Amino acid sequence: MLTAKELEDKGRQALAWVDERFPLSVLYKTHVSEYYAPKNFNFWYLFGSMALLVLVIQIVTGIFLVMHYKPDASLNAAGVPVAFASVEYIMREVPGGRFIRYMHSTGASMFFIVVYLHMFRGLLYGSYRKPRELVWLFGMAIFLCLMGEAFFGYLLPWGQMSGWGAQVIVNLFAAIPVIGPDLSVFIRGDFVVSDATLNRFFAFHVIAIPLVLLGLVTAHLIALHEVGSNNPDGVEIKERKDEQGIPLDGIPFHPYHVVKDVLGAVVLLIVFSIIVFFMPEGGGYFLEYNNFMPYDQLKTPPHIAPVWYFTPYYSMLRATTSSFLPFLWLLVALIVGLTWRGCSCVWIRRACLLVVAGAYWGFFGLTLFGFTKPPFDLAIAGIHLGLGLDAKFWGVVMMGGSVMLFALLPWLDRSPVRSIRYKGVLYKAILAVFVICFLILGYYGTQPPSPVGNVVSQICTILYLAYFGLMPWYSKLDKCKPVPERLTWK
Amino acid sequence: MSDHKQEALAGESFCACSADPSRRALLAATAGLGAAAGIGAAVPFVASFTPSDRARAAGAPVEVDLSGLRPGEKLVVEWQGKPVWILRRTPEMLAGLKTLDDKLVDPGSSAAEQPAYVSGEARSIAGKEEFFVCVGICTHLGCSPSDKFATGADSGMGEGWKGGFLCPCHGSMFDLAGRVFKSMPAPTNLVIPPHTYLSDTRLLIGQDSKGA
Ligand code: HEM
Ligand code: FES
Repeated sequence: MLTAKELEDKGRQALAWVDERFPLSVLYKTHVSEYYAPKNFNFWYLFGSMALLVLVIQIVTGIFLVMHYKPDASLNAAGVPVAFASVEYIMREVPGGRFIRYMHSTGASMFFIVVYLHMFRGLLYGSYRKPRELVWLFGMAIFLCLMGEAFFGYLLPWGQMSGWGAQVIVNLFAAIPVIGPDLSVFIRGDFVVSDATLNRFFAFHVIAIPLVLLGLVTAHLIALHEVGSNNPDGVEIKERKDEQGIPLDGIPFHPYHVVKDVLGAVVLLIVFSIIVFFMPEGGGYFLEYNNFMPYDQLKTPPHIAPVWYFTPYYSMLRATTSSFLPFLWLLVALIVGLTWRGCSCVWIRRACLLVVAGAYWGFFGLTLFGFTKPPFDLAIAGIHLGLGLDAKFWGVVMMGGSVMLFALLPWLDRSPVRSIRYKGVLYKAILAVFVICFLILGYYGTQPPSPVGNVVSQICTILYLAYFGLMPWYSKLDKCKPVPERLTWK
Repeated sequence: MSDHKQEALAGESFCACSADPSRRALLAATAGLGAAAGIGAAVPFVASFTPSDRARAAGAPVEVDLSGLRPGEKLVVEWQGKPVWILRRTPEMLAGLKTLDDKLVDPGSSAAEQPAYVSGEARSIAGKEEFFVCVGICTHLGCSPSDKFATGADSGMGEGWKGGFLCPCHGSMFDLAGRVFKSMPAPTNLVIPPHTYLSDTRLLIGQDSKGA
């Protein structure tokens, strides 16, 4: 029998053996036990570790689902698509299969809830600002991958919403001028959403995107640990260190923040279990009812809407009609005008000129040069149509662009302070309006198209864009409060 | 700051060695060839994304028996993986088509994708106005519109509704000749596939009419 002392020695020897060959202790120290994070982390700082937890849940449940799932659109002996039937098989016949599937489908929604809140924290505390631009950009890349992952995964059960959802989204790419139609065939691997599409989406969903996602999460955390976390005060703790070079307002990640994160994980798992056991369909928002019917290429269900986490952007797509475009150009003109007045950088000014010149050529140029009579007017209309620069194209630009706008935040925010705690009423009001618009857009995206919904979505779309587009000006105008030198906490 | 980073900053470049300039050409050539090989290797992978020969070959013409189709009824058949509708229009339905010109984007179907041998507001082969053959896929983003054949106020589509189709996805409306109404997301009229009548009751979809 070894005594406790001997056992400890053995352990130390083993660790030393590893450390000579792999920097285990060093890694543990730099990233866990001697990684100093601000001591005033609050509720909003739980969502990063929660996102990691959900990622693990998705990967583990996903692996087990793949053991029974079959990516095959052909019909079985009963006339049901094999993929659809394999999901029903998991739900009804595989022991425990129902829970594994519900965990995975609930996990997808939880992932977006957690990540949206995680990103909102960034808006609250200015976490994207220098020197955390890359933390933020890696985050954006993660967000895009997550959207792709959700989209590809949604085709796999091969239900009515799967098929028609994929049909609509892939057709969005067809709106891109010149290459669009070929591109959509290239994405589908067929002229319609078919078995070829299902198989490639399967490959993307189970291996390609998850690999990229894991790489990006690693990069996200490496970047974060290089610059250190921001905090609810937006004060840089690294600016005040003790003699050993440890930030005065920092505490080691382990055990202090780990304990907090574990509490967060427990709460998350409680909520997660309640959903999985008592409301796995999430009222039709997490699993849509129409998706319990196999994909029928000949009949679109009477009400189709994407899953809730895509609906804000889906609303913006629908809101971009030809009668809405003039309002959009007005906003663009306002932003370009303000940029020209307020910015002396040559390159930005040149970009402004380019936008103005492009718009001028597009709208008036050809007309002013006297090409107004037939056949020239037809030719001009033809060029516009031929290039595909219609509302459909701009709708697609809107949908993609409005997601990407988040990536510009580090350069749009000119406020002298980072955190909302020291920002003035102006930013608080604007952020509130932005959040409300986002929620309204999300709501209307779940509803069938209606005239009222359309006008409201258009107003919200403009306000959404203005939040980003006008940030360089309102963030400077805002009356901010003085920022303390050290963190505040009770 | 960790050690390796200090080293990297200490040297001017990432390479700690002093390079022998005479080896530069060799390096460049190796990199160039490597890049070319990389691009070459990517070709089959990119190509594998395009439709396979089997997918390209699918799409044989489909024959439809019209004998059971009564006026006012619609038949859906699958052609090239898409729904093709055959609607047998009543005289009232056909009369309604003439009254809509000012509400439509393209009443004459000049920008529509349709074979040369279909014409008129009915968008059908001359003498076969009764039958409306079209690909039941919305020209916006590809959903399949639903039937809205009831007319007038109780159709739920407005007072002057003469019957037509409503796309469930973003609300595009079409008349009974698949012509899109103004200010809808769908830019153009529904597509009409190549088709030809083999006899009075036999229709072949996917093959052009000759001589018409
Ligand atoms: C798979 C998804 C993600 C995972 C696993 C993840 C993980 C984490 C973790 C563990 C942290 C540190 C704890 C915390 O501050 O909450 C963090 C911080 C951060 N994340 Fe993420 N993240 C994800 C997605 C995103 C996205 C989509 C964005 C924004 C576009 C983002 C932006 C940030 C920023 C700016 C910080 C630093 C916050 C601060 O210091 O105030 N992350 N992330
Ligand atoms: S797909 Fe028909 S209106 Fe959009």
